[in-house]
Amino acid sequence: MRVLIPTPLRSYTHGRAEVEGSGATVAALLHHLDTVFPGIRFRLIDEQDRVRQHMRIFVNRESVHDLETALTPTDEVQILQALSGG
Amino acid sequence: MKRPRRVLKSLQRRRPASRARGRSAPHKADHATVLLLIGTRKGAFIFHGDARRKNWRIDGPHFLGHIVNHLVLDPRDGRTLVMASKTGHLGPTIYHSADEGRTWTEASRPPAFRKAPAGTTARAVSHTFWLTPGHRSEPGVWWAGTSPPALFRSADGGATWDGVDGWNEHPMLDKWEPPDAGTPDGPLLNQIVIDPRDAAHMYIATSGGGVFETRDQGRSWHPLNKGVEANFLPDPYPEYGQDAHCLGIHPLRPDRLYQQNHCGIYRIDRPSDTWERIGRNMPADIGDIGFPVVLHPRDPDTAWVFPMDGSTVWPRTSPGGRPAVYRTRDAGATWERQDRGFPREQAWYTVKRQAFSADEHDPLGLYLGTTSGMLWMSTNEGKSWNQIAAHLPEIYSVGAAMQP
Repeated sequence: MRVLIPTPLRSYTHGRAEVEGSGATVAALLHHLDTVFPGIRFRLIDEQDRVRQHMRIFVNRESVHDLETALTPTDEVQILQALSGG
Repeated sequence: MKRPRRVLKSLQRRRPASRARGRSAPHKADHATVLLLIGTRKGAFIFHGDARRKNWRIDGPHFLGHIVNHLVLDPRDGRTLVMASKTGHLGPTIYHSADEGRTWTEASRPPAFRKAPAGTTARAVSHTFWLTPGHRSEPGVWWAGTSPPALFRSADGGATWDGVDGWNEHPMLDKWEPPDAGTPDGPLLNQIVIDPRDAAHMYIATSGGGVFETRDQGRSWHPLNKGVEANFLPDPYPEYGQDAHCLGIHPLRPDRLYQQNHCGIYRIDRPSDTWERIGRNMPADIGDIGFPVVLHPRDPDTAWVFPMDGSTVWPRTSPGGRPAVYRTRDAGATWERQDRGFPREQAWYTVKRQAFSADEHDPLGLYLGTTSGMLWMSTNEGKSWNQIAAHLPEIYSVGAAMQP
């Protein structure tokens, strides 16, 4: 499936804004991404499997908070950093 | 879980050498050069000094926009750098470099807690605040202190990190380090010092519990806060609960430690278990509140502090807008003001706990970075100060490393 990568994480995807991923759930997709792009998951998900406070995940443009949300190969997953910071 | 190593090319820019202004006292011929390792709220900088500490080449920013709490050179090999980093959005990590920052490798397993069983407190590392190279007898070992206050150890130069259960899982930890006791950036395990005589003997400083000691390299711990005030608690002299801003152990007399605390400046001479408030001897209009304390590596009686305003609502600025360091040369019995070169008025910065360091030259060089992004140095043990950078981001840490 198509996965859109925000600028802060593109050092892991060799500069690519869009990558191919796979997984039956958001959690599985993130583990898959981490095998391809080592280290990317921990910057996004903490050690308790929570999405970090200032990161957001959208599936088909809908915000997702439950990492067990099911995915299909035609879904589009967008990772964004939240409007915050300073 | 072992990940392939990922190497990043640093975004370094080389700039022309800048000249330190002002007079410099003569010092002994010494070919060691000083490397200043600067962590800021917006990235890391490395200042390469010449042997006379007159000219500085600025290398950086490294990791522009990243929050760099600490950047440390391994004194055991003189070339490995380890850096604690996060961004405003991304989770915390550790980078290490074997070539003075030309390339960086991310830790394949950064400091992180275990996954908590359901129904228990689920802690996550917010950021690594402090890094300490291990004892000289343990090459490759590093220690890290985090927020929330936890201790991690690496045995491979910072590539992988494991929690130290003796502290992180201590049954008293919730009482020693209440989750709401801490700094604006969260409660901290903000310093780790190791007895140079004994790798198993360590002290840690924390923002919510004060100082703790271990004699078995972290398996067991006890508080070491007798005599230290905590004027923000109902019992102002509790067994634990103090806010230890900064801790220094003297390399030549390791039984002597200095502490800059939220409530004053202290010294302890082990085996005594009671701290003496040597800050009582500071001028009353300056007080003894501050973040850093720096020890003279060759003289256990000499130390420096950078006082800040801890009155009323705690402005945390230079008292009166007039920055100065204060030096003791008699283990805290008396203090002298050293402000030559600093602005005489209307300078409202301060110096964070990791942002004041000494080199090993004779006379000793001192270096401090301000919350307003200025880097100052003294080549004459604090007698006079020169500004060597004026417009860096907010400075979190300044380390002075010697290179042969």
